[in-house]
Amino acid sequence: MCEALQFEFMRNALLAGILVSISCGIIGSLVVVNRIVFISGGLAHAAYGGIGLAFFTGTPPILGAALFSVAFSMIMAAVSFKNRHRADTIIGVIWAVGMALGIILIDITPGYNVDLMSYLFGSILAVPKSDIWYMIPLDIIIVSSVVILYKEFLAMSYDEEFTFIAGIPVRLLYFFLLGMTALCVVMVIRVVGLILVIALLTIPPYIAEKYTRSLGRMMALACLLGILFTVLGLWLSYSYNLTSGATIVMVAAVAFFISQSFEITKKRNKIKVRK
Amino acid sequence: MKPDAIQVRNLSFSYDKTAILQDITFTLKQGDFLGIIGPNGGGKTTLLKLLLGILAPDKGEILVLGEAPHDAKHRIGYVPQHTDFNLRFPVSAIDIVLMGRLRRSSIGRPYSRKDRSNAEKALDRVGMAEYRHTHIGELSGGQRQRVFIARALAAMPEIFFLDEPTAGIDPHFETDLFSFLKELNKEATIVVVTHDIGVISSNVKSVACVNRTMIFHEQGKITPEMIDMAYQCPVDLVAHGLPHRVFADHEEK
Repeated sequence: MCEALQFEFMRNALLAGILVSISCGIIGSLVVVNRIVFISGGLAHAAYGGIGLAFFTGTPPILGAALFSVAFSMIMAAVSFKNRHRADTIIGVIWAVGMALGIILIDITPGYNVDLMSYLFGSILAVPKSDIWYMIPLDIIIVSSVVILYKEFLAMSYDEEFTFIAGIPVRLLYFFLLGMTALCVVMVIRVVGLILVIALLTIPPYIAEKYTRSLGRMMALACLLGILFTVLGLWLSYSYNLTSGATIVMVAAVAFFISQSFEITKKRNKIKVRK
Repeated sequence: MKPDAIQVRNLSFSYDKTAILQDITFTLKQGDFLGIIGPNGGGKTTLLKLLLGILAPDKGEILVLGEAPHDAKHRIGYVPQHTDFNLRFPVSAIDIVLMGRLRRSSIGRPYSRKDRSNAEKALDRVGMAEYRHTHIGELSGGQRQRVFIARALAAMPEIFFLDEPTAGIDPHFETDLFSFLKELNKEATIVVVTHDIGVISSNVKSVACVNRTMIFHEQGKITPEMIDMAYQCPVDLVAHGLPHRVFADHEEK
Protein backbone atom coordinates (compact mmCIF):
# COMPACT_ATOMS: atom_id res chain seq x y z
CA MET A 1 0.00 0.00 0.00
CA CYS A 2 2.82 2.40 0.92
CA GLU A 3 4.52 2.07 -2.44
CA ALA A 4 1.13 2.51 -4.12
CA LEU A 5 0.78 5.85 -2.37
CA GLN A 6 3.65 7.22 -4.43
CA PHE A 7 1.17 7.51 -7.29
CA GLU A 8 -0.98 10.59 -7.28
CA PHE A 9 -4.04 8.68 -8.55
CA MET A 10 -3.73 6.39 -5.52
CA ARG A 11 -3.53 9.31 -3.09
CA ASN A 12 -6.57 10.87 -4.78
CA ALA A 13 -8.42 7.57 -4.59
CA LEU A 14 -7.69 7.22 -0.90
CA LEU A 15 -8.77 10.79 -0.18
CA ALA A 16 -11.95 10.38 -2.24
CA GLY A 17 -12.72 7.13 -0.42
CA ILE A 18 -12.38 8.80 2.96
CA LEU A 19 -14.48 11.83 1.97
CA VAL A 20 -17.20 9.64 0.54
CA SER A 21 -17.20 7.35 3.59
CA ILE A 22 -17.79 10.31 5.90
CA SER A 23 -20.83 11.61 4.03
CA CYS A 24 -22.14 8.09 3.48
CA GLY A 25 -21.81 7.24 7.16
CA ILE A 26 -23.82 10.29 8.17
CA ILE A 27 -26.44 10.41 5.43
CA GLY A 28 -26.59 6.61 5.23
CA SER A 29 -27.45 6.46 8.95
CA LEU A 30 -30.34 8.86 8.38
CA VAL A 31 -31.40 6.93 5.28
CA VAL A 32 -31.41 3.64 7.19
CA VAL A 33 -33.31 4.89 10.25
CA ASN A 34 -35.83 6.76 8.10
CA ARG A 35 -36.28 3.69 5.90
CA ILE A 36 -35.73 5.57 2.66
CA VAL A 37 -33.16 3.18 1.17
CA PHE A 38 -35.34 2.65 -1.89
CA ILE A 39 -35.63 6.40 -2.42
CA SER A 40 -31.85 6.79 -2.26
CA GLY A 41 -31.49 4.01 -4.84
CA GLY A 42 -33.97 5.84 -7.07
CA LEU A 43 -31.99 9.06 -6.65
CA ALA A 44 -28.76 7.33 -7.64
CA HIS A 45 -30.24 6.03 -10.85
CA ALA A 46 -32.08 9.22 -11.65
CA ALA A 47 -28.75 11.02 -11.25
CA TYR A 48 -27.65 9.20 -14.39
CA GLY A 49 -30.06 11.42 -16.30
CA GLY A 50 -28.12 14.37 -14.94
CA ILE A 51 -24.82 12.89 -16.07
CA GLY A 52 -26.27 12.42 -19.56
CA LEU A 53 -27.55 15.98 -19.56
CA ALA A 54 -24.15 17.26 -18.45
CA PHE A 55 -22.37 15.38 -21.26
CA PHE A 56 -24.93 16.67 -23.75
CA THR A 57 -24.55 20.30 -22.68
CA GLY A 58 -20.83 20.06 -22.03
CA THR A 59 -20.94 20.95 -18.32
CA PRO A 60 -18.95 19.04 -15.68
CA PRO A 61 -20.71 15.69 -15.09
CA ILE A 62 -20.64 15.90 -11.30
CA LEU A 63 -22.36 19.30 -11.43
CA GLY A 64 -25.01 18.08 -13.85
CA ALA A 65 -25.64 14.99 -11.80
CA ALA A 66 -25.87 17.04 -8.58
CA LEU A 67 -28.40 19.52 -9.97
CA PHE A 68 -30.49 16.84 -11.64
CA SER A 69 -30.45 14.57 -8.62
CA VAL A 70 -31.41 17.37 -6.23
CA ALA A 71 -34.32 18.33 -8.51
CA PHE A 72 -35.49 14.72 -8.56
CA SER A 73 -35.08 14.44 -4.80
CA MET A 74 -37.53 17.32 -4.33
CA ILE A 75 -40.09 15.50 -6.47
CA MET A 76 -39.52 12.30 -4.52
CA ALA A 77 -39.82 14.16 -1.23
CA ALA A 78 -43.16 15.64 -2.30
CA VAL A 79 -44.43 12.24 -3.42
CA SER A 80 -43.22 10.26 -0.42
CA PHE A 81 -43.75 12.66 2.49
CA LYS A 82 -47.47 12.08 3.01
CA ASN A 83 -47.60 8.49 1.92
CA ARG A 84 -44.31 6.72 2.40
CA HIS A 85 -45.67 3.25 1.83
CA ARG A 86 -47.50 3.96 -1.42
CA ALA A 87 -44.75 6.05 -2.98
CA ASP A 88 -42.64 3.11 -4.14
CA THR A 89 -44.28 2.83 -7.57
CA ILE A 90 -43.62 6.46 -8.44
CA ILE A 91 -40.07 6.16 -7.15
CA GLY A 92 -39.62 3.14 -9.40
CA VAL A 93 -40.85 5.16 -12.37
CA ILE A 94 -38.49 8.07 -11.63
CA TRP A 95 -35.68 5.54 -11.15
CA ALA A 96 -36.17 4.08 -14.64
CA VAL A 97 -36.95 7.33 -16.43
CA GLY A 98 -33.85 9.10 -15.09
CA MET A 99 -31.64 6.26 -16.21
CA ALA A 100 -33.22 5.98 -19.67
CA LEU A 101 -32.97 9.72 -20.17
CA GLY A 102 -29.27 9.61 -19.34
CA ILE A 103 -28.56 6.85 -21.84
CA ILE A 104 -30.48 8.56 -24.66
CA LEU A 105 -28.77 11.89 -23.98
CA ILE A 106 -25.37 10.19 -24.19
CA ASP A 107 -26.48 8.43 -27.39
CA ILE A 108 -27.25 11.71 -29.10
CA THR A 109 -24.16 13.46 -27.77
CA PRO A 110 -21.62 13.63 -30.58
CA GLY A 111 -18.17 12.22 -29.90
CA TYR A 112 -16.53 9.35 -28.15
CA ASN A 113 -18.19 8.38 -24.81
CA VAL A 114 -15.68 6.24 -22.99
CA ASP A 115 -16.71 7.40 -19.54
CA LEU A 116 -20.09 5.66 -19.46
CA MET A 117 -19.03 2.51 -17.64
CA SER A 118 -17.12 4.47 -15.04
CA TYR A 119 -20.39 6.03 -13.85
CA LEU A 120 -22.16 2.71 -13.72
CA PHE A 121 -19.50 0.82 -11.80
CA GLY A 122 -17.34 3.59 -10.40
CA SER A 123 -13.77 4.55 -11.08
CA ILE A 124 -12.17 5.60 -7.84
CA LEU A 125 -8.72 5.18 -9.36
CA ALA A 126 -9.56 7.77 -12.00
CA VAL A 127 -10.85 10.44 -9.60
CA PRO A 128 -9.19 13.69 -10.68
CA LYS A 129 -8.01 16.36 -8.21
CA SER A 130 -10.84 18.60 -9.42
CA ASP A 131 -13.45 16.14 -8.14
CA ILE A 132 -11.83 16.15 -4.72
CA TRP A 133 -12.41 19.91 -4.70
CA TYR A 134 -16.13 19.25 -5.19
CA MET A 135 -16.20 16.63 -2.48
CA ILE A 136 -14.61 18.65 0.31
CA PRO A 137 -17.26 21.42 0.43
CA LEU A 138 -20.02 18.83 -0.01
CA ASP A 139 -18.68 16.93 2.97
CA ILE A 140 -18.48 20.13 4.99
CA ILE A 141 -22.08 21.04 4.08
CA ILE A 142 -23.39 17.59 5.00
CA VAL A 143 -21.47 17.26 8.26
CA SER A 144 -22.25 20.75 9.51
CA SER A 145 -25.94 20.55 8.55
CA VAL A 146 -26.39 17.32 10.44
CA VAL A 147 -24.42 18.59 13.45
CA ILE A 148 -26.47 21.80 13.61
CA LEU A 149 -29.84 20.10 13.11
CA TYR A 150 -28.94 16.91 14.97
CA LYS A 151 -31.69 16.94 17.57
CA GLU A 152 -34.35 17.81 15.00
CA PHE A 153 -33.19 15.08 12.61
CA LEU A 154 -33.10 12.58 15.47
CA ALA A 155 -36.62 13.47 16.60
CA MET A 156 -38.06 13.47 13.08
CA SER A 157 -36.47 10.11 12.28
CA TYR A 158 -37.73 8.53 15.48
CA ASP A 159 -41.23 9.99 15.77
CA GLU A 160 -42.32 12.29 12.99
CA GLU A 161 -45.80 12.91 14.37
CA PHE A 162 -44.59 13.99 17.80
CA THR A 163 -41.93 16.22 16.23
CA PHE A 164 -44.59 17.88 14.11
CA ILE A 165 -46.76 18.53 17.16
CA ALA A 166 -43.76 20.14 18.89
CA GLY A 167 -43.75 22.71 16.09
CA ILE A 168 -40.70 21.52 14.16
CA PRO A 169 -41.17 21.94 10.38
CA VAL A 170 -40.73 18.24 9.62
CA ARG A 171 -41.80 18.64 6.01
CA LEU A 172 -39.01 21.10 5.33
CA LEU A 173 -36.56 18.90 7.21
CA TYR A 174 -37.57 15.89 5.14
CA PHE A 175 -37.03 17.78 1.86
CA PHE A 176 -33.66 18.91 3.18
CA LEU A 177 -32.69 15.35 4.09
CA LEU A 178 -33.57 14.08 0.60
CA GLY A 179 -31.67 16.97 -0.99
CA MET A 180 -28.58 16.08 1.01
CA THR A 181 -29.07 12.40 0.16
CA ALA A 182 -29.07 13.37 -3.52
CA LEU A 183 -25.78 15.26 -3.13
CA CYS A 184 -24.26 12.40 -1.20
CA VAL A 185 -25.35 9.87 -3.81
CA VAL A 186 -23.74 11.94 -6.58
CA MET A 187 -20.47 11.81 -4.66
CA VAL A 188 -20.67 8.07 -4.19
CA ILE A 189 -21.37 7.48 -7.89
CA ARG A 190 -17.83 8.68 -8.52
CA VAL A 191 -16.39 6.05 -6.22
CA VAL A 192 -18.41 2.87 -6.50
CA GLY A 193 -20.74 3.69 -9.36
CA LEU A 194 -24.48 4.12 -9.24
CA ILE A 195 -25.15 0.38 -9.39
CA LEU A 196 -23.38 -0.12 -6.10
CA VAL A 197 -24.36 3.11 -4.35
CA ILE A 198 -26.92 1.51 -2.08
CA ALA A 199 -24.34 -0.85 -0.60
CA LEU A 200 -22.00 1.86 0.63
CA LEU A 201 -24.91 3.97 1.83
CA THR A 202 -26.57 1.19 3.83
CA ILE A 203 -24.08 -1.50 4.88
CA PRO A 204 -21.88 0.59 7.22
CA PRO A 205 -24.89 2.23 8.99
CA TYR A 206 -26.71 -1.08 9.18
CA ILE A 207 -23.77 -2.74 10.96
CA ALA A 208 -23.22 0.34 13.14
CA GLU A 209 -26.86 0.41 14.24
CA LYS A 210 -26.45 -2.92 16.01
CA TYR A 211 -23.58 -1.82 18.19
CA THR A 212 -24.65 1.68 19.19
CA ARG A 213 -27.38 3.22 21.29
CA SER A 214 -27.37 6.74 19.92
CA LEU A 215 -27.78 8.07 16.40
CA GLY A 216 -24.63 10.18 16.73
CA ARG A 217 -22.51 7.16 17.62
CA MET A 218 -24.14 5.18 14.86
CA MET A 219 -23.05 7.88 12.41
CA ALA A 220 -19.50 7.96 13.78
CA LEU A 221 -19.12 4.18 13.67
CA ALA A 222 -20.64 4.04 10.17
CA CYS A 223 -18.06 6.62 8.99
CA LEU A 224 -15.20 4.58 10.45
CA LEU A 225 -16.51 1.34 8.96
CA GLY A 226 -16.92 3.03 5.59
CA ILE A 227 -13.33 4.28 5.68
CA LEU A 228 -12.13 0.81 6.67
CA PHE A 229 -14.06 -0.84 3.82
CA THR A 230 -12.89 1.60 1.16
CA VAL A 231 -9.24 1.53 2.24
CA LEU A 232 -9.21 -2.25 2.50
CA GLY A 233 -11.10 -2.62 -0.77
CA LEU A 234 -8.74 -0.26 -2.50
CA TRP A 235 -5.71 -2.16 -1.24
CA LEU A 236 -7.15 -5.51 -2.35
CA SER A 237 -8.11 -4.16 -5.75
CA TYR A 238 -4.59 -2.75 -6.18
CA SER A 239 -2.89 -5.94 -5.03
CA TYR A 240 -5.01 -8.36 -7.03
CA ASN A 241 -5.86 -6.13 -9.98
CA LEU A 242 -9.63 -6.18 -9.40
CA THR A 243 -12.32 -3.55 -10.15
CA SER A 244 -12.08 -1.16 -7.21
CA GLY A 245 -15.79 -0.33 -6.79
CA ALA A 246 -16.85 -3.96 -6.75
CA THR A 247 -14.00 -4.91 -4.39
CA ILE A 248 -15.00 -2.19 -1.89
CA VAL A 249 -18.58 -3.44 -1.89
CA MET A 250 -17.47 -7.06 -1.46
CA VAL A 251 -15.36 -6.08 1.57
CA ALA A 252 -18.43 -4.34 3.03
CA ALA A 253 -20.57 -7.37 2.23
CA VAL A 254 -18.18 -9.76 3.98
CA ALA A 255 -18.25 -7.52 7.09
CA PHE A 256 -22.03 -7.44 6.86
CA PHE A 257 -22.32 -11.23 6.85
CA ILE A 258 -19.83 -11.60 9.69
CA SER A 259 -21.74 -9.14 11.88
CA GLN A 260 -25.04 -10.78 10.93
CA SER A 261 -23.85 -14.26 11.87
CA PHE A 262 -22.46 -12.89 15.14
CA GLU A 263 -25.92 -11.63 15.96
CA ILE A 264 -27.55 -14.92 15.11
CA THR A 265 -25.16 -16.89 17.35
CA LYS A 266 -25.72 -14.33 20.12
CA LYS A 267 -29.48 -14.85 19.88
CA ARG A 268 -29.05 -18.64 19.88
CA ASN A 269 -26.91 -18.45 23.00
CA LYS A 270 -29.52 -16.31 24.71
CA ILE A 271 -32.18 -18.91 24.00
CA LYS A 272 -29.92 -21.64 25.39
CA VAL A 273 -29.38 -19.68 28.60
CA ARG A 274 -33.12 -19.23 29.02
CA LYS A 275 -33.70 -22.96 28.63
CA MET B 1 -61.15 33.65 34.20
CA LYS B 2 -59.26 30.60 33.04
CA PRO B 3 -60.16 29.50 29.51
CA ASP B 4 -61.75 26.08 29.12
CA ALA B 5 -59.32 23.21 28.63
CA ILE B 6 -61.14 22.11 25.51
CA GLN B 7 -63.91 23.82 23.62
CA VAL B 8 -65.28 22.02 20.59
CA ARG B 9 -68.18 23.39 18.57
CA ASN B 10 -70.01 21.63 15.70
CA LEU B 11 -66.94 19.62 14.77
CA SER B 12 -67.15 17.37 11.72
CA PHE B 13 -64.41 15.37 10.04
CA SER B 14 -64.37 12.82 7.21
CA TYR B 15 -61.82 10.70 5.38
CA ASP B 16 -62.57 10.41 1.66
CA LYS B 17 -66.23 11.33 2.12
CA THR B 18 -66.73 8.79 4.92
CA ALA B 19 -67.89 10.72 7.95
CA ILE B 20 -65.70 9.84 10.93
CA LEU B 21 -67.00 12.48 13.29
CA GLN B 22 -70.23 14.41 13.00
CA ASP B 23 -71.37 17.56 14.72
CA ILE B 24 -69.50 17.18 17.98
CA THR B 25 -69.88 19.86 20.62
CA PHE B 26 -68.48 19.75 24.13
CA THR B 27 -66.60 21.80 26.68
CA LEU B 28 -64.07 20.49 29.17
CA LYS B 29 -63.02 22.61 32.13
CA GLN B 30 -59.42 22.87 33.29
CA GLY B 31 -58.55 20.39 36.01
CA ASP B 32 -60.95 17.80 34.64
CA PHE B 33 -60.06 14.16 33.99
CA LEU B 34 -61.86 12.97 30.87
CA GLY B 35 -62.11 9.40 29.70
CA ILE B 36 -63.03 8.96 26.05
CA ILE B 37 -64.49 5.55 25.28
CA GLY B 38 -66.06 4.06 22.20
CA PRO B 39 -65.77 1.16 19.78
CA ASN B 40 -62.70 0.63 17.65
CA GLY B 41 -62.94 2.70 14.50
CA GLY B 42 -65.47 4.98 16.19
CA GLY B 43 -63.27 8.03 15.80
CA LYS B 44 -61.57 8.31 19.22
CA THR B 45 -58.06 8.61 17.83
CA THR B 46 -59.27 10.92 15.05
CA LEU B 47 -60.81 13.23 17.65
CA LEU B 48 -57.53 13.22 19.55
CA LYS B 49 -55.56 14.06 16.40
CA LEU B 50 -57.92 16.95 15.73
CA LEU B 51 -57.42 18.22 19.27
CA LEU B 52 -53.65 17.97 18.80
CA GLY B 53 -53.77 19.84 15.49
CA ILE B 54 -52.37 16.90 13.50
CA LEU B 55 -55.59 16.87 11.47
CA ALA B 56 -57.66 19.90 10.51
CA PRO B 57 -61.46 19.76 10.90
CA ASP B 58 -63.79 19.92 7.89
CA LYS B 59 -66.23 21.98 9.84
CA GLY B 60 -66.46 23.46 13.30
CA GLU B 61 -64.14 25.02 15.80
CA ILE B 62 -61.61 23.64 18.26
CA LEU B 63 -59.98 25.58 21.05
CA VAL B 64 -57.48 24.03 23.42
CA LEU B 65 -56.72 26.20 26.45
CA GLY B 66 -58.36 29.06 24.55
CA GLU B 67 -56.07 28.74 21.52
CA ALA B 68 -56.09 26.95 18.18
CA PRO B 69 -54.55 23.49 18.74
CA HIS B 70 -51.35 24.19 16.86
CA ASP B 71 -50.78 27.43 18.78
CA ALA B 72 -51.28 25.67 22.10
CA LYS B 73 -48.71 22.99 21.21
CA HIS B 74 -46.23 23.72 23.97
CA ARG B 75 -48.98 23.57 26.59
CA ILE B 76 -50.07 20.12 25.41
CA GLY B 77 -48.49 16.82 26.41
CA TYR B 78 -49.12 13.85 24.14
CA VAL B 79 -48.57 10.14 24.71
CA PRO B 80 -49.22 8.26 21.46
CA GLN B 81 -51.00 4.94 21.10
CA HIS B 82 -48.17 2.69 19.99
CA THR B 83 -44.79 2.97 21.59
CA ASP B 84 -43.44 -0.27 20.17
CA PHE B 85 -42.47 1.20 16.81
CA ASN B 86 -38.82 1.49 15.85
CA LEU B 87 -37.47 -0.73 18.61
CA ARG B 88 -34.14 -1.10 16.81
CA PHE B 89 -33.73 2.65 16.56
CA PRO B 90 -30.52 3.78 18.29
CA VAL B 91 -31.98 5.94 21.06
CA SER B 92 -31.82 5.74 24.83
CA ALA B 93 -34.62 6.65 27.24
CA ILE B 94 -33.22 10.11 27.96
CA ASP B 95 -32.91 10.88 24.22
CA ILE B 96 -36.63 10.25 23.85
CA VAL B 97 -37.60 12.28 26.91
CA LEU B 98 -35.50 15.19 25.63
CA MET B 99 -37.69 15.27 22.50
CA GLY B 100 -40.39 16.66 24.77
CA ARG B 101 -38.24 19.80 25.00
CA LEU B 102 -38.15 20.46 21.26
CA ARG B 103 -39.11 24.00 20.32
CA ARG B 104 -39.27 25.77 17.01
CA SER B 105 -37.34 28.64 18.63
CA SER B 106 -34.40 26.43 19.54
CA ILE B 107 -33.91 24.75 16.16
CA GLY B 108 -30.23 24.40 15.35
CA ARG B 109 -29.06 24.66 18.94
CA PRO B 110 -28.27 21.82 21.33
CA TYR B 111 -30.54 21.15 24.29
CA SER B 112 -29.97 23.65 27.08
CA ARG B 113 -29.05 22.80 30.66
CA LYS B 114 -32.64 23.55 31.63
CA ASP B 115 -33.92 21.16 28.96
CA ARG B 116 -31.68 18.46 30.35
CA SER B 117 -32.63 19.00 33.97
CA ASN B 118 -36.34 19.01 33.09
CA ALA B 119 -35.95 15.79 31.14
CA GLU B 120 -34.05 14.18 34.04
CA LYS B 121 -36.77 15.29 36.47
CA ALA B 122 -39.51 13.91 34.23
CA LEU B 123 -37.74 10.58 33.95
CA ASP B 124 -37.27 10.49 37.71
CA ARG B 125 -40.93 11.25 38.26
CA VAL B 126 -42.06 8.19 36.33
CA GLY B 127 -39.52 6.08 38.22
CA MET B 128 -37.25 5.48 35.27
CA ALA B 129 -34.18 7.52 36.27
CA GLU B 130 -31.91 4.49 36.50
CA TYR B 131 -32.76 3.49 32.94
CA ARG B 132 -31.85 6.84 31.41
CA HIS B 133 -29.11 5.43 29.20
CA THR B 134 -30.85 2.16 28.41
CA HIS B 135 -31.60 1.44 24.76
CA ILE B 136 -35.32 1.73 24.04
CA GLY B 137 -35.49 -1.81 22.65
CA GLU B 138 -34.27 -3.27 25.94
CA LEU B 139 -37.15 -1.83 27.97
CA SER B 140 -40.40 -3.68 28.69
CA GLY B 141 -43.72 -2.41 27.36
CA GLY B 142 -44.63 -0.77 30.67
CA GLN B 143 -41.20 0.83 31.05
CA ARG B 144 -41.41 2.17 27.52
CA GLN B 145 -44.80 3.66 28.23
CA ARG B 146 -43.33 5.41 31.28
CA VAL B 147 -40.60 6.88 29.09
CA PHE B 148 -43.21 8.26 26.71
CA ILE B 149 -45.17 9.72 29.61
CA ALA B 150 -41.93 11.34 30.79
CA ARG B 151 -41.46 12.79 27.31
CA ALA B 152 -44.88 14.45 27.60
CA LEU B 153 -44.09 15.59 31.17
CA ALA B 154 -40.78 17.15 30.13
CA ALA B 155 -42.61 19.95 28.32
CA MET B 156 -44.48 20.71 31.59
CA PRO B 157 -47.84 20.90 29.80
CA GLU B 158 -51.17 22.07 31.17
CA ILE B 159 -53.16 19.37 29.44
CA PHE B 160 -52.27 15.73 28.74
CA PHE B 161 -53.63 13.53 25.99
CA LEU B 162 -53.05 9.78 26.29
CA ASP B 163 -54.14 7.42 23.53
CA GLU B 164 -54.81 3.85 24.73
CA PRO B 165 -51.98 4.04 27.27
CA THR B 166 -52.58 0.59 28.69
CA ALA B 167 -53.13 -1.37 25.48
CA GLY B 168 -51.08 -4.55 25.48
CA ILE B 169 -49.45 -3.90 28.83
CA ASP B 170 -49.92 -5.94 32.00
CA PRO B 171 -52.80 -5.08 34.41
CA HIS B 172 -50.35 -4.14 37.16
CA PHE B 173 -49.12 -1.25 35.01
CA GLU B 174 -52.70 -0.13 34.51
CA THR B 175 -53.25 0.35 38.24
CA ASP B 176 -49.94 2.18 38.62
CA LEU B 177 -50.66 4.38 35.64
CA PHE B 178 -54.04 5.53 36.84
CA SER B 179 -52.85 6.32 40.34
CA PHE B 180 -50.03 8.31 38.73
CA LEU B 181 -52.51 10.13 36.49
CA LYS B 182 -54.74 10.93 39.50
CA GLU B 183 -51.75 12.55 41.16
CA LEU B 184 -50.87 14.41 37.95
CA ASN B 185 -54.47 15.57 37.65
CA LYS B 186 -53.89 17.87 40.65
CA GLU B 187 -51.81 20.11 38.40
CA ALA B 188 -53.03 19.41 34.88
CA THR B 189 -56.09 18.47 32.84
CA ILE B 190 -56.04 14.89 31.59
CA VAL B 191 -57.75 13.27 28.62
CA VAL B 192 -57.43 9.49 28.24
CA VAL B 193 -58.67 7.58 25.23
CA THR B 194 -59.40 3.91 25.91
CA HIS B 195 -61.71 1.12 24.87
CA ASP B 196 -61.59 -0.22 28.41
CA ILE B 197 -64.55 1.08 30.43
CA GLY B 198 -63.61 -0.74 33.60
CA VAL B 199 -60.48 1.25 34.27
CA ILE B 200 -62.16 4.52 33.30
CA SER B 201 -65.14 4.12 35.60
CA SER B 202 -63.26 4.20 38.87
CA ASN B 203 -60.75 6.90 37.97
CA VAL B 204 -62.06 9.68 35.76
CA LYS B 205 -64.20 12.70 36.52
CA SER B 206 -66.07 12.86 33.21
CA VAL B 207 -66.76 10.42 30.43
CA ALA B 208 -67.41 10.81 26.74
CA CYS B 209 -68.38 8.07 24.34
CA VAL B 210 -67.43 8.58 20.70
CA ASN B 211 -68.89 6.68 17.79
CA ARG B 212 -69.22 9.16 14.94
CA THR B 213 -71.26 11.32 17.31
CA MET B 214 -70.46 11.93 20.94
CA ILE B 215 -72.21 11.65 24.27
CA PHE B 216 -70.57 13.64 27.02
CA HIS B 217 -71.21 13.16 30.71
CA GLU B 218 -69.65 15.58 33.14
CA GLN B 219 -70.26 13.51 36.23
CA GLY B 220 -68.30 10.62 34.88
CA LYS B 221 -71.31 8.33 34.63
CA ILE B 222 -71.41 5.83 31.84
CA THR B 223 -75.00 6.02 30.67
CA PRO B 224 -76.96 3.23 28.98
CA GLU B 225 -76.87 5.25 25.75
CA MET B 226 -73.10 5.14 25.85
CA ILE B 227 -73.22 1.41 26.29
CA ASP B 228 -75.56 1.16 23.33
CA MET B 229 -73.22 3.30 21.32
CA ALA B 230 -70.12 1.38 22.24
CA TYR B 231 -71.77 -2.00 22.19
CA GLN B 232 -68.70 -4.03 22.96
CA CYS B 233 -68.14 -2.10 26.17
CA PRO B 234 -70.33 -4.30 28.44
CA VAL B 235 -67.86 -7.13 27.91
CA ASP B 236 -65.16 -5.02 29.50
CA LEU B 237 -67.54 -3.99 32.24
CA VAL B 238 -68.36 -7.52 33.27
CA ALA B 239 -64.74 -8.52 33.05
CA HIS B 240 -63.79 -5.84 35.55
CA GLY B 241 -66.71 -6.55 37.83
CA LEU B 242 -67.58 -2.92 38.39
CA PRO B 243 -70.97 -2.44 36.69
CA HIS B 244 -72.72 -1.04 39.80
CA ARG B 245 -70.22 1.79 40.01
CA VAL B 246 -70.68 3.05 36.51
CA PHE B 247 -74.25 2.40 35.44
CA ALA B 248 -76.73 5.15 36.01
CA ASP B 249 -79.85 3.58 37.46
CA HIS B 250 -82.45 3.00 34.80
CA GLU B 251 -85.38 3.89 37.09
CA GLU B 252 -83.96 7.31 37.94
CA LYS B 253 -84.92 8.79 34.64
